[in-house]
Amino acid sequence: MLSILTFLPLLGAIIVLLAPSDSLKKGLAFGATVVTFVVSLLLLPGWQEIPDMQFVERYAWMPDLNIYYHLGVDGISLWLVLLTTLLMPIAVAFSNQHVKQNIGGYLALMLLMETAVLGVFLALDLVLFYVFWEFSLIPMAFLIGKWGSENRIYAAIKFFLYTLAGSALMLVAILALYFQAGTFNLLELQSAGLPPGIQQLAFLAFALAFAIKVPLFPFHTWLPDAHVEAPTAGSVILAGVLLKLGTYGFLRFALPLFPAAVANYSSLISVLAIVGILYGALVALAQRDLKSLVAYSSVAHMGFVVLGIFALNEQAISGAVLQMVSHGLSTGALFLMVGMLYERRHTRLMKDYGGLWASVPIFSFFFLVVVMSSAGLPGLNGFVGEFTILLGTYASSPIFAVLGAAGVILAAWYLLHAFRQVAQGALTNPANFKENLPDLNWKEIGQLVPIVLLFFAIGLAPNFFLDKINPSVAALEVVQSPAVGDEWLVDSSFQPLHDFDNNPLTTIH
Amino acid sequence: MDTALLFDNAIVLLPELVLAVGVMVLMIVDIGRRGENGAPLLAGLSVAILLLGIGASLLIWGRPPAEYLGGAISDGFALSVRLVILIAGVFGVLLSRNYLPDIERQGGAFYSLQLLAIIGMMLMGTATNLIVLFIALEIFSLALYILCGFYRESPRSIEAAMKYFLLGAFASTFFVYGSALLFGAGGSTHYARIHETLAAGGGNPSLVLPGIALLLVGFGFKVSLVPFHMWTPDVYQGAPTPVTAFMSVGTKAAAFAGFFRLMMTALPSFHDQWAAPLAILAVLTMTVGNLTALRQSSVKRMLAYSGIAHAGNILIALVAGTGAASSAAAFYLFTYAFMNAGAFAVVIALEKKDGGENDVEQSSLAGIAEKFPALAAAMAIFMLSLSGIPPLAGFFGKFLVFKAAVEAGWAWLVVIGVLNSAISAYYYLRIVVAMYFQPLEEEGEEKERLSVLASRSSLFVVTVAAIAVVMIGLQPGLWTGVMRGLGQ
Repeated sequence: MLSILTFLPLLGAIIVLLAPSDSLKKGLAFGATVVTFVVSLLLLPGWQEIPDMQFVERYAWMPDLNIYYHLGVDGISLWLVLLTTLLMPIAVAFSNQHVKQNIGGYLALMLLMETAVLGVFLALDLVLFYVFWEFSLIPMAFLIGKWGSENRIYAAIKFFLYTLAGSALMLVAILALYFQAGTFNLLELQSAGLPPGIQQLAFLAFALAFAIKVPLFPFHTWLPDAHVEAPTAGSVILAGVLLKLGTYGFLRFALPLFPAAVANYSSLISVLAIVGILYGALVALAQRDLKSLVAYSSVAHMGFVVLGIFALNEQAISGAVLQMVSHGLSTGALFLMVGMLYERRHTRLMKDYGGLWASVPIFSFFFLVVVMSSAGLPGLNGFVGEFTILLGTYASSPIFAVLGAAGVILAAWYLLHAFRQVAQGALTNPANFKENLPDLNWKEIGQLVPIVLLFFAIGLAPNFFLDKINPSVAALEVVQSPAVGDEWLVDSSFQPLHDFDNNPLTTIH
Repeated sequence: MDTALLFDNAIVLLPELVLAVGVMVLMIVDIGRRGENGAPLLAGLSVAILLLGIGASLLIWGRPPAEYLGGAISDGFALSVRLVILIAGVFGVLLSRNYLPDIERQGGAFYSLQLLAIIGMMLMGTATNLIVLFIALEIFSLALYILCGFYRESPRSIEAAMKYFLLGAFASTFFVYGSALLFGAGGSTHYARIHETLAAGGGNPSLVLPGIALLLVGFGFKVSLVPFHMWTPDVYQGAPTPVTAFMSVGTKAAAFAGFFRLMMTALPSFHDQWAAPLAILAVLTMTVGNLTALRQSSVKRMLAYSGIAHAGNILIALVAGTGAASSAAAFYLFTYAFMNAGAFAVVIALEKKDGGENDVEQSSLAGIAEKFPALAAAMAIFMLSLSGIPPLAGFFGKFLVFKAAVEAGWAWLVVIGVLNSAISAYYYLRIVVAMYFQPLEEEGEEKERLSVLASRSSLFVVTVAAIAVVMIGLQPGLWTGVMRGLGQ
C-alpha cells in the first residue's frame, strides 16, 4: 500500500518521459498525481486512532548492514502525506497550463519530487529516510535552475548547497546512533534510550539539518531566493510540502530520539522560532514584490509550527501538525494565485496592481479567502492551527505565547495590506482593466476550489483532523500531560469565537 | 625447488595467468597485421581476454583463501579489487576505440601494455610479500608511463609521460628503501612473518616507523595523497583520455589494495602509531583536493583533483583499519570504477565536439543538455554520484566507509569527510548547472549526431556505467556482500 503510494509517481515520471507528445505527457502526469491522491485517500477508511505506525511494510534492503526498507504512517505523517498528494495534482494542473519549455522534463521532475517527499514522510529506517531526504533536493534544484526566473541559477545552487551542507552532519549522527544502538530502525532506536552525551551532539546535527529546511531563523536566507526564483508550481511544492520536511523531521526524529537534548534546547529553539515569526513578518511587511512577501510570510508561519513543537505539550504539537497542513494549503494557494496573476501581467510588484476587485472579481474573491486563511481568520484553517499552538504554548510559557500572538497581528497586517494594494483602491492602470485582464477560467477555479473547501473543512471541523493526530502526539515521550484549555475543541469549533475579544482578527473582520 | 610446490595453489593466480597468455597472443596477432588494419580485432581480442579474466576470477570466487608460494593470496579482498580493475580495464579498451591514430597504428603495443598494467595492478592486490608487491608496482607503473605518452603529437601527453615517469621512479626508490627497512625490522619480506616477529616482540621495531614513512611516500604517490599529488592533474590532463579513465580507477584500486594489505596484515600491531598520521593525511588530501578542484576550468583537471579527494575518503577506511573498513573500501572502489570511468567516457565523447583537443573546458559544456540529452543525463548521474547524493552508487561507497570509521572510533574524521563531501558538491554541481541551466552558445548549427562524434563503444561505456551507478544505488545490498574485505 505505502510502497504503491510512494512509487506510483516515479512510475508516472518514467511513463511521462517516454510518452511521445506533450499533450499526452500533460495528461499522464496529471493522471498519475490524481491516482496517487486517490490511493492516499484509501488510508482513511482503514485508519485506526491509535499511536502506533500503520500500514507498515518492512523488507531487507541491505541485510548485511542491518538496513531495511521500512515504511509506516501514523497520525503525525498521515495528513502530511495527504497534503502532498493533494497539492501535486493542483501544481501539475497549473504547470500544464503555463509551462512551455520542455514540459516533459518538468513534469517528470515534479513526479520524482512527489516520490522523494512521500518517502521522507513514510520512511522508518534512518538510512532510507536520509536517502529520500537528500534525493528530494535534486528535482527541486533542477526545477528552480531550469525553469525559474532571472536569478534562477544562483538560487538553485544556493538552495542545493545550503540544504546539502546542513544535512551532512546528520549522516554522521545517524552513524553514531547506529554505533550506539546497533540499528537504523527508528522505532527500535526510540526505545533504546541513548546516552545523554550522544543525544546532545546528535540532536544538534539533526536540528541543524531540520532548521535549515524549515527554515528557522537565522538559517532562512536560502528561502527567499529559492521561492522567488522558482517557477510557480515549484514554489507551491517548496512552500507547501518541502518546508514541512523540516518540522516533520523535528517531530519524527529529534523529539522521540533525543528527549534529554530536547529539554536542554527547547527554549533556545523557541526563541529562534519567535525571532523568525517577528522578523519574517516585519520583512514581509516591507516587501513590494508579492512573491517575496509570501516567501517571508512562510518564514513567519513556519516559526509558529516550530514554536508549537517545542512547547512540548500535546495540544501545541497537535496544533503544529495541523498548522503544517494549513500552512501548506494557504501558502500553496497564495503562490498559486500570485502565479496566476504573474502569467497574466508578468509583474509581481504590488504597485502595478490595484482595484482588481472591479476588473477580476472571481480572482479577487478567491484571493480574499486565501489571504484570510493565511492571516488566521476564525472559521478557516489557519486559525485553528495558530490558536491551538498559542494555547499550548501559553501553558508551557506565557511569554512565548504573547510574543507569538504579536506575530499573528503582524501577519494580518501585511496580508491585508497586500490584499488592499492588489484588489482594492482605484483601478487606474489600464493594463488591469477588465478588457486586458481576463478573470480566472474554470481550470484555475478548479485548482483553487479543493484547497478552499479544505480551508473550511479544517476550520469548521478540526476535530476530524485532530482526532487522528492526537494519539501519536500523546505517545511522544517528551510530551507533558495535556494542558489546560484543552476542552475548547471538544464540542464545536465555533465556540471559541465567543471569548475572542482580544484577538485582533475579530476586530479587523 | 619441488615442482609440486610450484603448481600447488597456482589457481590463485588464474586471472593473472589468463591475461599473461592473452598478452602473448595479442603480440603474436600484432605481428601478422599491416598498417592500421586489424585495430578493431586487437581491441576485440583484448576485451575477450579481459572477460576471460573476469570469468577466471569468478571461477575461483567461492574458494577459501589460499596462498601461492608465500607471495600471493586469493581472498575476498583480492578478488573484489581484481574485479574492479578488470572492469576499469574493459572500459579503458572500449574507450580507446577510434580515439587516436597512434592507437590504431600501434594497437598491439597499446593493448598489450594495457593488459600488462592490469596484470600488475591485480598482483598488487594479491601480494603478501614485499618483493612481489614491488614487482607488481613496477609492472603496472612502467606500462602506464608509456601509455600516458601515447598521444605523440601532443606536447602535453609527452610532458605527462615524462613527469609521471620521473616522479614515479623517484617514488619507487622511496618504496624500495621503505621495504628494505621493514625487512630489517621484521626479518622477512613476507607480511605474515613480519607480523609474527614484531608481535612476538622480536625483530627491530625501531625500524618500523621509518619504514612505514618511506613506504607511505611510494603509496601516497600512486594513490595521489596530498602532498604527493602534484603530478596527478598534469598527467590526467595530458594523457590520452581513455588511459586517464583506466588509470584513474585502476591505479587507485591497485595501490590502495596493496597499501591496505601491507598495513593491515604486516603491521596491524602498529595501528596506533600509523593511524593518526594517516588520518591527518586523509584530512589534507580531502580538503586540498576539494578546494583545488573548485578552481579548475578544465573538466579533466577537475576530475583529477576530485580523484585526489576520493583518495582521501578511501584513506579514511585504512585509518579505521578493520575488516569491515577494507570491504567498505573495496565497495567504494567498485562504485568509483563506474562513476569515474563513466565521467571520463563522457569527456571522450565531447572532446571531438571541440575539434579533437585532448580535454574539455567547463564553459564548453554550456547547454549541451539540449543537444545531447542522454549524454548530459549520464554525466549528471556521474557527477551527483561522485558528490555522494543518494540514491546513487557513490553515496553508498561513502556511507560504508564512514560507517566503518565511526565504528572504529574515528567520528571526527568522518565529520571532516562529510563536510568535504558538501564542498565537493559545489564543483560537481557546476558541471550539471553548465549542462542544464546555461543556454547553448552555438546557434544555427544543425543538430550534430552524437554517434558521429563518439565511437559506439565509448557510448556503450557511458550507458553501462550510468545504469550501473543507478542500479547499485537502488540495490546496494546485492553488492555489499560481493565486495569483500581482507581475510574474508
